[in-house]
Amino acid sequence: MSFVLLIFLPLLAALFVPLLFKKVGKIHTGWFVLMVPVALFSYYVSLLPTTIHGGNLVSEFQWIPSLDIAFIAYIDGLSLLFTLLITGIGALVVLYSIFYLDKHREQLHNFYVYLLMFMTAMLGIVQSDHLITLYLFWELTSISSFLLIGYWYTRDRSRFGALKSMMITVFGGLMMLGGFVLLSIMGGTYSIRELIPQATELVSHDFFIWALVLVLFGAFTKSAQFPFYIWLPDAMEAPTPVSAYLHSATMVKAGLYLVARLTPIFAISGTWMWLVASVGLFTMFWGSFFALKQKDLKGILAFSTVSQLGLIMSLLGASAAGYHIDNIAETTFKYAGFAAIFHLINHAVFKGSLFMIAGIVDHETGTRDIRKLGGLMSLMPISFTVAMIGAFSMAGLPPFGGFLSKEMFLTAMLSLTEFDLFSMDVWGILFPVVAWLGSVFTFIYSFYFVFHTFAGEHKPDQLPKPAHEAPIGMLISPVFLALLVVVIFFIPNLIGDWLVKPAVLAMQPFLYDSPEEIKIHVSAWHGFNPEFFMTLGIFAIGFLMFWTLRKWQKSYDLFPEAISLNALYDNMVFLSDTGANRFSRIYMTGFIRSYLVYMFSFVIFIVLGTLFLTDAFAIDFTNLAPVGFYEIVILIALVGSTFTILFSKSRLTGIIALGAVGYSIALLFVIFRAPDLALTQLVIETISVALFLLAFYHLPQISRKEERMRFRFGNALVAIGVGVTVTLVALSSLSQKAMPSISEFYKETVYKEAGGGNIVNVILVDYRGFDTLFEIAVLAITGIGIITMIKLRLTKKEDQHENK
Amino acid sequence: MRTNDVMLQTATKVVTFIILMFAVHIFFAGHYTPGGGFVGGLLTTSAIVLLMLSFDISTVKKILPINYVTMTAIGLLIALATASGAIIFDVPFFTHAFGYFDLPLFGKTSLHSAMLFDAGVYLVVVGVTMTIIQTIGEDE
Repeated sequence: MSFVLLIFLPLLAALFVPLLFKKVGKIHTGWFVLMVPVALFSYYVSLLPTTIHGGNLVSEFQWIPSLDIAFIAYIDGLSLLFTLLITGIGALVVLYSIFYLDKHREQLHNFYVYLLMFMTAMLGIVQSDHLITLYLFWELTSISSFLLIGYWYTRDRSRFGALKSMMITVFGGLMMLGGFVLLSIMGGTYSIRELIPQATELVSHDFFIWALVLVLFGAFTKSAQFPFYIWLPDAMEAPTPVSAYLHSATMVKAGLYLVARLTPIFAISGTWMWLVASVGLFTMFWGSFFALKQKDLKGILAFSTVSQLGLIMSLLGASAAGYHIDNIAETTFKYAGFAAIFHLINHAVFKGSLFMIAGIVDHETGTRDIRKLGGLMSLMPISFTVAMIGAFSMAGLPPFGGFLSKEMFLTAMLSLTEFDLFSMDVWGILFPVVAWLGSVFTFIYSFYFVFHTFAGEHKPDQLPKPAHEAPIGMLISPVFLALLVVVIFFIPNLIGDWLVKPAVLAMQPFLYDSPEEIKIHVSAWHGFNPEFFMTLGIFAIGFLMFWTLRKWQKSYDLFPEAISLNALYDNMVFLSDTGANRFSRIYMTGFIRSYLVYMFSFVIFIVLGTLFLTDAFAIDFTNLAPVGFYEIVILIALVGSTFTILFSKSRLTGIIALGAVGYSIALLFVIFRAPDLALTQLVIETISVALFLLAFYHLPQISRKEERMRFRFGNALVAIGVGVTVTLVALSSLSQKAMPSISEFYKETVYKEAGGGNIVNVILVDYRGFDTLFEIAVLAITGIGIITMIKLRLTKKEDQHENK
Repeated sequence: MRTNDVMLQTATKVVTFIILMFAVHIFFAGHYTPGGGFVGGLLTTSAIVLLMLSFDISTVKKILPINYVTMTAIGLLIALATASGAIIFDVPFFTHAFGYFDLPLFGKTSLHSAMLFDAGVYLVVVGVTMTIIQTIGEDE
């Protein structure tokens, strides 16, 4: 079965959503939408047996064969893992949204259309083997997340957040496209599968390092790494189901996926390892540090997501080291890749549940401000339990899934210090130190999130709504996820064998041949080693600092807003806005004559310049046909009417003379046997003169003074220049025949291949059908533009009358 | 104030039909002899413009109650649908098909999917030019 088409299933379903919303108003549209991820999830689960043993599946669908661009769905352990996350968490999020979004007040058709569009985009990213289609889906996630974040588009903050996330991620995406193009130039293919075996040759290429950095721009912007993370907190303006889905489980993970997927290509370079590991680790620390500054529940989660993404990123970077050590220290580095994928699963599960809890708290109390919340424990016992499980997993406490992957993270960071390549022996010590610090802050903000919301003093007078437990439907998804968190702790090796190891195999094919070779056994108790004491330290210091949080939290206010990254972004946007305005005000005078001067001088510059550079001045008067009587007559008429335009005192004379010019040219076409052109020219002239006459009434009155045309030297120069340029081009093109005329080609093929006798028409509808299609589109846009211009002016006038 | 234009109006009544017939002919003949959707559309427009000049816009609107914006949209859709229709037959976008058929009344005729595309062009050209002329003409 060609499962590549399944990627488009959500998009196809999206077509029916508006219809269902309008016609079947009684049932929440979400129930229909829910079927899509559930169906996809059950199908993809059935592919698990193939990947468990390291197998893979490929399905292809041609898109642009002439450019060798195709949709190639490639399913191996890594893409299947992500596919299951997308569809599985997707199903839970849709279920949650059914209870979260009111079917009477919300524009559900928009919401679900965007969500399904997003689902297709994500599936496309993780399954595409072709880099160009991967890029296509990549930008589709940017666009659909823009629409989702700006879903409540009447709010200023939503629009701001949506725009910010799109600006940053699309910027990264464009950089990444450059990287992809470089990769294809080096490797001669766009297929990731075909690029991987070439890695050893690619690395010596000059472009390699450029491709590496450009691709990382894409991955870092999408996965909110420092310093691009600033869009993620603002993206929290989206409805909570969107945050739970996009900003914890899927979209932000696209960058991680890309890094994991391309690791076999780039890992050979030490730069890759250094960049990915250090940026990731710094992001982890930065995010966890600033999470404690936040006052908004979703703000805390946003920063914690930034931090956790950094953690996974740093592990992916460390796993690249596996490329450089064949047999030394074998026990340590293979952990990094395993830990990265394992923590990724853990994070998707616990962060999804935490976001849902934040949404529930918001929904049931009317606020997300942590200063107003408190003491909800007894009022919302189920939510509290779920929040506690999720947060403890995030903090790395047993018996929750996060504990296991956090331990492996510390192991991997410690092992980096033993590595004596790429100056790791000098700077390597920083890795465990920063990782430890970050973990301490992670511990504190996890506790901050739970206990400042659910414990402490209840302040009912500060809450917009009296708090109570959420309806049962809203709790299903977070409770389920919380259960998963616990289950993962008790059966980590099952998850490891089924999901993690096949994914690691895809990431480190140079180390293993099959998932069975990855001999990693996860155990909760791993002896008295440095990791264990580090964890004890995290718990002790973290608890102490959480206890005294109120005393030192105020010190965050010392960080000035004015020099933050956000301020930098705001200033950049502001400057580019006003800068562009100022610049365009200089040359946009509002007079057509100025614009014509720009355009014509440019034409002269470009065309004459090209002629000059290519040394194309060749004027040859041999082989010319004799000039006949009619040609001379028409030429005289042409020149005469042109001069009439120049010296006419009234507009009417000018328009009629212009018409005469057009008709004379049409006659020339007749003489030179171009009936098509003549016909079109004649009709065009007729209609445009008619249009002129119609518009004549509306032209502003020109005073008698201005009617007398003054001679302008500059304009004359430009006019003469254009004339000379066109004449030169005509003369040189006539006398130079470097290649045979293309008309021969048309004469031969038109009848045979396109079944037409009229070359002009066949070119228009067949050979250059795209041109025509876009031209009529432009034409249509022009028509609409004129309508709005004139009709809008009319309504304005009417308004003025009413105001009087 | 309208001057006496009986001559113009009488002539228009006849000429308009001739132009329209010519436009239709030129549109259908386009693939083999000079013509096609673009010129055909322009000629049709000129016929309608002639009507507008000799009578007036509101009369012409009564005779031809056409929403030209919708016409433009339909034209664009036809053109796009013709181009994408190729995908259904598993050939690249914009591949045209043609063949010869024996039709009653016409005899041996060549039918070409490019004609459908051209029909889209025709509709867009008429739609847009008429939209522009009508909006400018109606603007007081």
